[in-house]
Amino acid sequence: MPVTAAPLDDPVELSRGRVTIAGRDILRDVSLEVHPGEFLALMGPNGSGKSTLVRALTGLNPLSAGALRLFGTPYASFRDWHRVGFVPQRASAASGIPASVWEVVASGRLTRRRLLRRLSHADRAAIDDALETVGLAHRKQDGVTTLSGGQQQRTLIARALAGEPELFFLDEPTAGVDLPNQQALADALHRLKDRGATIVLVAHELGPLAPLVDRTVVMRDGEKVYDGVPLADHEVHGPVFFGESHSHHHHDEPVHHDHGPVPQVDAPLERSQEGS
Amino acid sequence: MTMTAWDLFSLPFMQRALLAAVFTGLAAPAVGTYLVQRRLALMGDGIGHVAVTGVALGLVTHTSPTWTAVVVAILGSVVIELIRERGHAGGDVALALLFYGGLAGGVLLSGIGGKSATTLQEYLFGSITTISAGDVIVTMVLAAVVLVVGVGLAPQLFAVAQDQEFAQVAGLPVRVYNLLVAVLAAVSVTVAMRTVGLLLVSALMVIPVATSQQVTRTFRTTLAASMVLGFVASLGGLVISTFASYHATVAPGPTIVLLALACFILAWPTGAWLRRRRAAALPTGGATDV
Repeated sequence: MPVTAAPLDDPVELSRGRVTIAGRDILRDVSLEVHPGEFLALMGPNGSGKSTLVRALTGLNPLSAGALRLFGTPYASFRDWHRVGFVPQRASAASGIPASVWEVVASGRLTRRRLLRRLSHADRAAIDDALETVGLAHRKQDGVTTLSGGQQQRTLIARALAGEPELFFLDEPTAGVDLPNQQALADALHRLKDRGATIVLVAHELGPLAPLVDRTVVMRDGEKVYDGVPLADHEVHGPVFFGESHSHHHHDEPVHHDHGPVPQVDAPLERSQEGS
Repeated sequence: MTMTAWDLFSLPFMQRALLAAVFTGLAAPAVGTYLVQRRLALMGDGIGHVAVTGVALGLVTHTSPTWTAVVVAILGSVVIELIRERGHAGGDVALALLFYGGLAGGVLLSGIGGKSATTLQEYLFGSITTISAGDVIVTMVLAAVVLVVGVGLAPQLFAVAQDQEFAQVAGLPVRVYNLLVAVLAAVSVTVAMRTVGLLLVSALMVIPVATSQQVTRTFRTTLAASMVLGFVASLGGLVISTFASYHATVAPGPTIVLLALACFILAWPTGAWLRRRRAAALPTGGATDV
């Protein structure tokens, strides 16, 4: 454990973060703390700013105002990037040159490798373990382009895993992925959660990931409109941000939310401030 | 007749040409692999155009055109990378301005300096058999630098070219590596300048890579195979043009490039067949293979 951060520091601490792109505020004064070991689902419609938020937390979208701390360290002086794993929003893990699944996953180990050194036994073990965790060990010699979209997503997750980070950012890993692959993805994230990893997941719909979620944040128009107990998919996207009653049992529901009963209505707008 | 052709290879100018061809053939595809990976296959061509101004500066000022080309090519590649990095829609046009400004400026400058078109042509289309001993040493040293960096930093350069955003969040100095690839590309352009010429440089950087990836499925084998193919094309092209020169004027530069292209034409159907076979053998997702 590096001496720069006390073990109890929140992995993510964003206060009044703003992101401005081409003169427009895409993210407006969003504050967010993610606690150690928490599985946070960041939801909202397309263009709501949920991906921008996660990109702001990784530094890919620099803040125009506000402050970000990672593991208690201000972003500008944060150097422990091996503690952070990132799964970008990608339709494919391919580039202009063929690459094997193993090679793509091994590139995630660079956070812990020194220049011009061969892979150590620990490096190889971590790469194998990452492949095992996402269930792709049997495909490691294959080219990434021969994999299905869902398998390529799992390759990207394994790449983030290979650096053995404590904090994961996943940007829409389930987009365009079939149900069996979503289940395999959920299994992999379950294993991560059991190991104590902190996970921030951007998702349009949770599907099989729903039971893993500890807390949901809903974004709309660049602002946080809900922060509290997990919501089911239909509550986030349906006409839900009105009404009174609240249920704590959504995450125990079966995974097929789409055709479920009329949603229990929550009052996220009223509750949005108390949860944060 | 053939005996005398073999005797040719014992002549010093021919040995210099062979050395230059071998080093160029190995180094150019090593950098080309990273350019193709970033889908910047034509960057070498752009740097080649800019380097023409460098050559002209050397000719006009009576300094070594090789060194002025190295300096101008590196400057040009850094500017190209900075324009590319900003990712503006106008960046594309800015690159075109730079490329053709470089080419036109070079031709104009050398004319003003009283240099004939043939002098410049040695650099535009290569003139491997007139390479001086000093230039061979420079070529070998620069090619060795390109090879050591391109192969030694392969894990880092691969990661950055594969997924820049991931590499950035992983804490890699992405910008430094991007500029490094640009500088390596500039250096290999000047290395290949005397062999295949500035206008054909990109071919030697890209065609071996395009050929090897027809049959490979890992990055490592693609990198290695493209270097072998570049080596074979350079050496083979030089030898073929030497023998053929008894019957007609056969320039080594275009011969090298056409030999590399011939390899690609042979590899392409093989690659198509391999891909079809693999696709049939591998289940690609769905409920049966998750």
